[in-house]
Amino acid sequence: MADEYIIRNGQVYDPKQGIKGDVMDICINNGKIVSKVSKKAKEVDATGKTVMAGAVEIHAHVAGPKVNEGRNYRPEDKLFTCRATGANTHMEAGFSIPTTFRTGYNYARMGYTTVMEAAMPPIYARHVHEEIKDTPIVDQGAFPVFGNNWFVFEYLKNKEDANVNAYIAWLLHVTKGYAIKIVNPGGSEAWGWGKNCDTIHDPVPYFDITPAEIMSGLMKANEQLGLPHSIHVHTNNLGNPGNYETTLDTFRLAEGVKTNNKFGREQVFHHTHVQFHSYGGDNWGNFESKAKDVMNYVNQNKNITIDLGCVTLDETTTMTADGPFEHHLTELNHLKWANVDVELETSSGIVPYVYNPDIKVCAIQWAIGLELGLLAKDPMRTFITTDHPNAGPFTRYPRVFGWLMDQKYRNERLSTFKYSEKVNDATSLGSLDREITLYELAQMTRAGPAKALGLTDMCGGLAPGMDANVAIYNINADSLDGASIEKAFSAADQVFKCGTLVVDNNDIITETDKRTLWVDVKVPDNKQVERDVVMKFLKYYSMNLANYEVSDHFVPHPYVIEVDAT
Amino acid sequence: MDTVTLTMKNLPALYLEAETISPDQFAAKSPAEIGKLSAYMGNEHHTLGDFFEIAGNPGKTAADTKIVVTGDLSKVKYIGMKMTAGEIEVLGNTDMYVGAWMAGGTIRVKGNVDSFCGMGMTGGELLIAGNARNYLGAAYRGDWRGMQGGKIVVGGNAGSDLAFFMRGGEITIGGDVDVHVATHAEGGKIIIKGNAKSRVGGQMVKGDIYVFGEIERMMPSYKYIGDEQIEVNGTSGTFQVWIGDLGERHGKRKGETIYGKIYLKVKEAEEKEGSTRVSRKIKLTDAQMQSVSEAFAGKEPSVSNVKAFIQESFGIEMKPMQISRLIDEIRRKA
Amino acid sequence: MTRTITDVVCPFCGTLCDDLIVTVSEDGKKLLDVENACAIGAEKFLHTQASDRVTRPRKIQEDGSSVEVSYDEAIEYTAQLLVNAKKPLMYGWSSTSCEAQSVGSEIAEQVGAIIDNTAAVCHGTTLVAVQNVGIPSCTLGEVKNRADRIIFWGCNPAHAHPRHMSRYSIFPRGYFTGKGHKNRKLIVVDPRTTDTSSLADVHLQVEQGADYELLQALRAAVRGQELTGDIIAGVPKEKVYEAADLLKSGRFGVIFFGMGVTQSLGKDHNIDAAIMLTKDLNEYTKFSIIAMRGHYNVTGSGQVLGWQFGFPYSVDLSRGFARYNPGETGSIELLKRKEADAIVVLGSDPGAHFPVRCVREIANLPSVCIDPHITPTSEICKLHVPVAFVGIEVGGNCYRMDNVPIDSRKVIEPPEGMMTDEEFLRAVNTRVSELKAA
Repeated sequence: MADEYIIRNGQVYDPKQGIKGDVMDICINNGKIVSKVSKKAKEVDATGKTVMAGAVEIHAHVAGPKVNEGRNYRPEDKLFTCRATGANTHMEAGFSIPTTFRTGYNYARMGYTTVMEAAMPPIYARHVHEEIKDTPIVDQGAFPVFGNNWFVFEYLKNKEDANVNAYIAWLLHVTKGYAIKIVNPGGSEAWGWGKNCDTIHDPVPYFDITPAEIMSGLMKANEQLGLPHSIHVHTNNLGNPGNYETTLDTFRLAEGVKTNNKFGREQVFHHTHVQFHSYGGDNWGNFESKAKDVMNYVNQNKNITIDLGCVTLDETTTMTADGPFEHHLTELNHLKWANVDVELETSSGIVPYVYNPDIKVCAIQWAIGLELGLLAKDPMRTFITTDHPNAGPFTRYPRVFGWLMDQKYRNERLSTFKYSEKVNDATSLGSLDREITLYELAQMTRAGPAKALGLTDMCGGLAPGMDANVAIYNINADSLDGASIEKAFSAADQVFKCGTLVVDNNDIITETDKRTLWVDVKVPDNKQVERDVVMKFLKYYSMNLANYEVSDHFVPHPYVIEVDAT
Repeated sequence: MDTVTLTMKNLPALYLEAETISPDQFAAKSPAEIGKLSAYMGNEHHTLGDFFEIAGNPGKTAADTKIVVTGDLSKVKYIGMKMTAGEIEVLGNTDMYVGAWMAGGTIRVKGNVDSFCGMGMTGGELLIAGNARNYLGAAYRGDWRGMQGGKIVVGGNAGSDLAFFMRGGEITIGGDVDVHVATHAEGGKIIIKGNAKSRVGGQMVKGDIYVFGEIERMMPSYKYIGDEQIEVNGTSGTFQVWIGDLGERHGKRKGETIYGKIYLKVKEAEEKEGSTRVSRKIKLTDAQMQSVSEAFAGKEPSVSNVKAFIQESFGIEMKPMQISRLIDEIRRKA
Repeated sequence: MTRTITDVVCPFCGTLCDDLIVTVSEDGKKLLDVENACAIGAEKFLHTQASDRVTRPRKIQEDGSSVEVSYDEAIEYTAQLLVNAKKPLMYGWSSTSCEAQSVGSEIAEQVGAIIDNTAAVCHGTTLVAVQNVGIPSCTLGEVKNRADRIIFWGCNPAHAHPRHMSRYSIFPRGYFTGKGHKNRKLIVVDPRTTDTSSLADVHLQVEQGADYELLQALRAAVRGQELTGDIIAGVPKEKVYEAADLLKSGRFGVIFFGMGVTQSLGKDHNIDAAIMLTKDLNEYTKFSIIAMRGHYNVTGSGQVLGWQFGFPYSVDLSRGFARYNPGETGSIELLKRKEADAIVVLGSDPGAHFPVRCVREIANLPSVCIDPHITPTSEICKLHVPVAFVGIEVGGNCYRMDNVPIDSRKVIEPPEGMMTDEEFLRAVNTRVSELKAA
C-alpha cells in the first residue's frame, strides 16, 4: 500500500476534475492519488488505454439474508458456471447470485472499488456485515431500511422531528448503516397482513400513515441530520403497467426541498431502478414505456438523482424488500417464491425470473432501461445499474455500457426481437441515436454515484488526495463498438484499490483490506426515544435490546463518517 | 461406426468421476489423447488411461463415435454426461449420473444403474436393461425444468423420485417403481408396466402416467372419472382414468382445465366382473375388524401376527402395509 | 462474591433464547446458576462444571482406552489426515460459532473436502424442498405479534423446543395479539398423542407416513375440491375439510414443522407439499412456514456455506469448485457407499445419530472428533480433541431458526489450557497450508 506507482500515458476520464480524455499520467503513493512520485515509482503503461477512477456501485443486492436465501434456494444458479480455486482467489460460484468471494472478485475485475448493499433489514444487520467481511477487495456500505419501520411510523405520524431524527441516528449506529433506504413505504408493513399500498396516498393498515408522509418525513429528517447520502427510494407500485404516475407523484414530493449537508451532495432524493417504475398502459397487452415522461421530470428537477435498473435479458433472480410485489410475480410466473416478513421493520421476497427476449414485455422492459439513460440530460444525476440481480447480474454492466454507447449494438438487439415491431411501437428507443461517451460513462458510474453518496472527495475521481482507486481498460475513444466495450469493461487490464494493485493482466492477483463505510450521527440526547426503544424491544421484538447492536468485531475495517447534528 | 473400447484395468479405491467418457469428448482424438482425458477420484486428478485400457478409434464427430465400456464399472460415475450424439454401451452395472444432461445419441447399459441417471435430459435415448435407482430422469436440485425430451427405457425396476419435474419426453419402466412418480411434472409420458407404491402424480400439473400393474395407494387428491379403452405403446386395454392433482394449479385451454392424468389398467379378472374397484385393496368387514381387535386386545399386535391371524380366520391374504394401517386404526379406536 | 450476566444466549437449540441470566464466580471461572433457561438449556450451562471434564486431546486405542496427547500433536494428526485423504469428510458444525465454521471452510477448500452439517439427518430435506418450491416465511416476532393460527406438524416443541411456545408461538401477547393464547387456535398434526398435542384445539392423528397425502388433500380442500375416500391418511374426510376452513379463517397462520415430516416417507416432498399449502393459503389470508431447526447453529452453518460456496449443506469441494447433490454428496451416502476416506467431526454427534452402517464406517476410517464431551462419536474416532463450549466459554455468532443472527457471549473461562475450536482449526489450517506448500 505504501508503493509508488505511475500510470503513464493513459487517456484519462475524470469528471471530478473535468478531464475528458486527456493523455496524462496518474500518480499513486501511500494509497492516495498524488500529483507526483519519485523515480522509484513502479510504472504501468497505459498507452492507448482508458483510465478512470474505480467505479462506484450505488445499488446492488450482494450481502445479507435475502441474498443468501437466494443462493441457498437456487443450486441451479451454480450449474456449470463455477470457477475453481485459483492461485490468488477462492473458488467462485453463482451466475445471478454470486457467492461473496465471486462478488468481490467480479466487481474488482470490472474496475469497481466501492459497492453499496441496497437494503439491510436492521434485525439481520449482523448477517449483512458477516457477508461484507467475506466480500474481498471492494469497500462496502449497507442501507438499513426505514420505510416500514414501526418507530418511524409513530414519530412521523405524530410529527415528532427530534424523535425520528434520534431514532434514525440510533439505528444507523447500531446497524453500522450508511443511509436511509425506503422500499415500498408502508406497503411492506401492509404485507404483514397480505395487503399492500398501491399509491402513495394509501394509508398503512392500523398505522394510518401514508407512503407520501413516510417519504416526505424521512426526506426532511435526512436533511435536518445532514447525512452524506439522500434518502434512497424504491417507491410503491413497482412493476405494474401504468405505475409511472405513482413514480411522478413520488418525485413531486421532493419539489422545493433543499439539501443541507457538508458532503457536496446536491440531491435530496435518489430513486432507484427507475426502469421498473416507468410503465404505461394498464395491462400487459398495452404495456408501454413512459420513459420520456419520467425523464422530462428528472431532467427539469435538479434535486433528484436516479439509477436505471436496466434489464439484461438473462435468467436471473428477483429479490427485494417489496414483499407484496414478489408474491405478485410468483402468481404470474409460478416459480419458487421465498418470503420473509421481518418484525417491526420490513418484508422481503425472492422469485427467479427469465427475461426472455421472445416475450414482448421483457423486450420493452429492456428498451425502457436504455431509454432512461439515453434521455438523461445530466449524466451526473443518472447512474447505470441493473438493480442486481433483479433486472440482471452486475456482470452484465459492460454489455449495458455497450448498448448505451453504440447505437448499432443496441439496434442489433432491438431489431432481432421476435416482436421488435411491437417493441418499437411501445418505446422510443429505436429513434434515439445518442451514444453515451466515455466521459459520460465516467459520470454515470464514478463521479455521479460518488457525489450522490456524499463521497465525492473520497472516491469516484482521480484528484490528488482521493483514494487511489484506479481502473485501466484496454479500449479508447477510437474503437468504441459495443463488442469491444463489453470485452474491455468486463476485465480491466489493471485495477488499483487504495493504491494496491489488485487486478493485473485482467485477473485478480491479490486481495487487500476492504473497508466498511458507515455513518455515525451525533444527535442531542433523547430520553423519549431511548424509552420507546426499550419498551418496544420488551413487548414486541423477539430478541433482547442488548443483543441487537452489531458489535465492532463484525466490522474489522470500519470507515466511519461522522455527522454532527446536535 | 468407429468404436473405442474401454476396459477397466484398475479398480478405483473410491469412486471415479468419468464425465469425459462421451462421444463428444472422444471424437477426432487418438487413443493416446483419449487416455489423457481427465478422470477424478475425490480430489486426485487422474486420466482415463490410469484406469482403462483403450482400444480402437473414435469417429471424426460424436455422431460417428461409439464407445464400449467394460469391466467392473460399479464405481464409475457420469458416463455419457452431456453427450449430444453417438453411442455408448456399458457392459455391466455402473454408478450414478449415466447420461446426465444428455441431449442426443444412445446409451445402452447391460446391467443396473444407480441414482440421478438421465438428469435434466433433453434428447437421445437412455436404455437400461437392469434396474435404476432413484431420481431417474429427474431435474437437478432446484431446477424446475426436469427431463424435457428424449426417451428412457428400463427393463427392470426403478426407485423413488422418477421423473421429478418432468416436462417432456418419455419413460418406460418394465418392472415396479418406488414412491413419488412424476412429482411436480408439467408434461411428459410415463409407462410403468409393473406396480407402483404411492404418491403417483403428486403435485402434477400436467402429464400422462400409465400403470399396467397396481397402485398400492392412490393420492386422495386424484379423482376417478371413468374408464377408457386405449392403446399405449403396443398394449391395449381398458384403463381407469384419474385426473389430478386437485391440490395443484392447472392451466386452461378453451375454458377447459388441463389436468394430469393417471391411466390405471383394469386387470382381466376385473374386466369380466366390471371395473368398480380402485385397486386390489382388501377391506375387512366391521365384524371381521371387531374379531381382530378382540383377539389382540391388550396385546402389542405385530404385522406378522395379525397377518397370520387374518389368514387363518378369514382366509384373506393382506399386504403388510395394509395390515400396518389396520393396526393403527385399531389402536386409534381403542 | 458473584457476578450476574444478563442477555445471555443459550447455545442449545434453534429457539436461541437470548434472555438468560447467568451467575458466575467473581473470578469468572465457575458457573454457579442460570435463570430463564429451559431444563435442557440449564443443563447445557451447568454441566460445563462437571468435575470429570476432558481437558486435553486423547488418542483412542484399539481396546477403547485412551492416551492423552498434546494439542500440538492433535493439530499435526488432524492436518496430516486431511492433507493425505482423497475425499475427506468434514462433518458437523452445528454446535459451534460461525467464526469457527468459516475456518472450517478454509480448510475444506484447501484440502478438497466435503463439508456437511447436521441438516444431512435433520432439515436438509427442508432445504431441498425450499430449493424446489421456495418458502413463505417470517421472523418469530411476527408470529408473536400477529399470528392467530398455529400448526405444529410433525414436531413436539414441548420437548424439543421447550420455550418456543412461551416466547414466540402460543402464549405471548404481542402488538396485535393482546389476548395471547386465548385468541390463537392450535392445530397439531402428529400420529402420536404428545405433550404438545394435549394443548391443541385440533389434533389430527395422521397415519404415520401419510403426511404427504394429507397435505395434498388439504390443498385440494382449500381449493374447494372434493376428496376421494372417507378416511384421508388416517383422518376422516370431514375433519380435513374442517381443518382447511380453520386455516383459511385465520388472520395470520404459521406452520412449524420438524422431524415427523422431514425424515418420514417422502422427506423433502412432505415439506414441499406443506410449503405449497402455505403458499396456497396466501390466496385467502396470510400464512407463513418455519422449520424447527434443532441445533443452535445449524442454520448458521447453512448461511456460512451459502455465502461462501453457494449451497447450504452437503457441499463437495473435492474438484476445486463447489458441487451439491444430497443423495450423492451427503454424509450418510458417502459413508454408506464408502466414498469418503477420512472424517473430521466437529460440533455434532453422528455416532449417536447416524445409521449403524455409517457409524461402523466412521470407526473404520482415520477420524478426529472435536467436541467438549465424550460422546459415541469421540469413542469411535481415532482422536478426540476437547474444545471450549461456544456460547459459554467463548462467544461467537449464531443463527436462530428464523435466520436471525445473535452473537453469543462468553460467560466463564474455559478450563486452563483448553483451546477453542476456532483456535484449533486455525492452527490446523496453518499446518495444512505448510504441508500443501511442501
